[in-house]
This record gives sequence, C-alpha cells and structure tokens, in this order.
Amino acid sequence: MFALGTIGLLVRRNLVFTLMSIEIMLNAAGLAFIAAGAHWVQADGQVMFLFILTMAAAEVAVGLALILHVHWQKQTLDSDVVNEMKG
Amino acid sequence: MYLLFYISGAVAILATVMTITRLNAVHALLYFVVSLLSIAVIFYILGAPFIAALEVIIYAGAIMVLFIFVVMMLNLGERAVEMEGKWLSPGMWIGPEILAAILIAEVVYLLSRQPVEVHAIQYVEPREVALALFGPYLIGVELASMLLLGALVGAYHLGYRKPKALENPDADNTDATRAAAGGDLVRAGHDRPAGAA
Repeated sequence: MFALGTIGLLVRRNLVFTLMSIEIMLNAAGLAFIAAGAHWVQADGQVMFLFILTMAAAEVAVGLALILHVHWQKQTLDSDVVNEMKG
Repeated sequence: MYLLFYISGAVAILATVMTITRLNAVHALLYFVVSLLSIAVIFYILGAPFIAALEVIIYAGAIMVLFIFVVMMLNLGERAVEMEGKWLSPGMWIGPEILAAILIAEVVYLLSRQPVEVHAIQYVEPREVALALFGPYLIGVELASMLLLGALVGAYHLGYRKPKALENPDADNTDATRAAAGGDLVRAGHDRPAGAA
C-alpha cells in the first residue's frame, strides 16, 4: 500500500491527488506500526500511530490551505505550473 | 479471523487502487473513505479497537471533511451545479457502495460473535497504550501539541488572504468599471451628469 501511495504521488499531477497519496503513504506506515505492535505484544506501535495521526492532521490542514492559495493565484491545480518558484 | 483479515486487506488495496486512478477528485475521495474504513477494520482485527475508532473518527471524519470542503471550494459557480448532477449518477457510487457493504458485513459478523474466542493475535489494551503514551512518550505528546498549534496558526494565516485574492476575478464587476461602462446602478447616485434629467 505504501508502494501504491508512491505510485499515486508520481503519476498524478493534480495537487489534491498528491496530498491524498501522501495520506495513503502515512496510512500504510501506520498500518505497519500497528501490525508490528500486534506481533510483538507492545503498546508502542499504537503510540506511534497516534503520533502519525496527529502529524497527518496537521499536514493536511496546512497542505489544503496551500492548495487553496495556489488555486486563488494561478486558477489551476497543475503542479507543473507552480515550478516557477525561484530563490 | 484470518479470512476476515484478508478480505478487508483486499478491500483496502482495491479501494486504494481505485483512489489513485480516478480522474474526478470526488470519486477518488469516496474510494479513499472506503480504504480508510477497511484499514480501521484491519486495526480492529489486529487487536487495536481504540486505534480503529480513532482512524474512523479522525481520518474518515475530520480529514475527509477537510478534503471534501476544499474540493467543493475549488469549483464554485455554475460549473459546480451541473457537475453535481453528474456526481449523483448511480454509476459512480455503486463501486464504493459494494466495498462498504462488504466491510459492514464483516463488522456485523465480528460484533455478532460477541463472546470473543481466543484471538489469533494478542490483544493490546487501550490502558497499556495510555500508560505508554503518558509515561515514556510524554515529550512526544508535548511535541505533537506544539505541532498542532503551529499547523492551526499556519493554516489560518495561509487561508486568510481570501477576500483580497478573490477581488481579481471580479475586476470587471467593481464600481469603477461599472461607472465607466455607463451602468445605471452607479450613475444614479452622486455624480449624475448635469444634462441628464
């Protein structure tokens, strides 16, 4: 599933889909943590998943705000258009 | 138990594949919700019911609401209305519906055999999770709280420029342009030409 998220990240050029693929990858990592925590009977895996959940929520909030910003300025969601950021 | 695990795993992978191959964002979001729900079922089977509940509440609830809100905000206007008619066609929601029905059947089966037999996989209590979370991982909790505060302030700051940024698409609709075009709405006010009755 992590591979699926990576493929989605590489294939799609829409910013919303990029963010969704990142979510899929975070989910896959969390699933791996939970599975490992269930295999060795430890609570640490679930603690790690809680942290991943928190980080995903924060990341989605900021990412969606950035997407709205790009949409207002460029009227598009194509991430190839936004590559003009020069230092 | 193993059969249920593999069924929900297959549902999760199928829904994820459908998510990254849809062209329409709303279709992809529907499949993504199904994928998250199936992962929640997997968590329950793996002996983490608290995490399964959190997955449903936070991911499938809060984060999906954020996504759908933004997708709805991105295509405002008349175009959105006719697209909404297309979204409601049965061809697009029948796929997620079938996958979600499989998941519901699994959950009903799991809950119906309420005196749970010996799990194939050892059960980790939420109590142990809480003890570990607020014991050795206390600094992580504090860091997470600071991260959430930073995300809150950052998202607010980034989303705040909406009124100014939305002026530009409406530039042909301001008072000045309407006055220059001779629109009655403005001209009827203060600077009416002297010759006009």
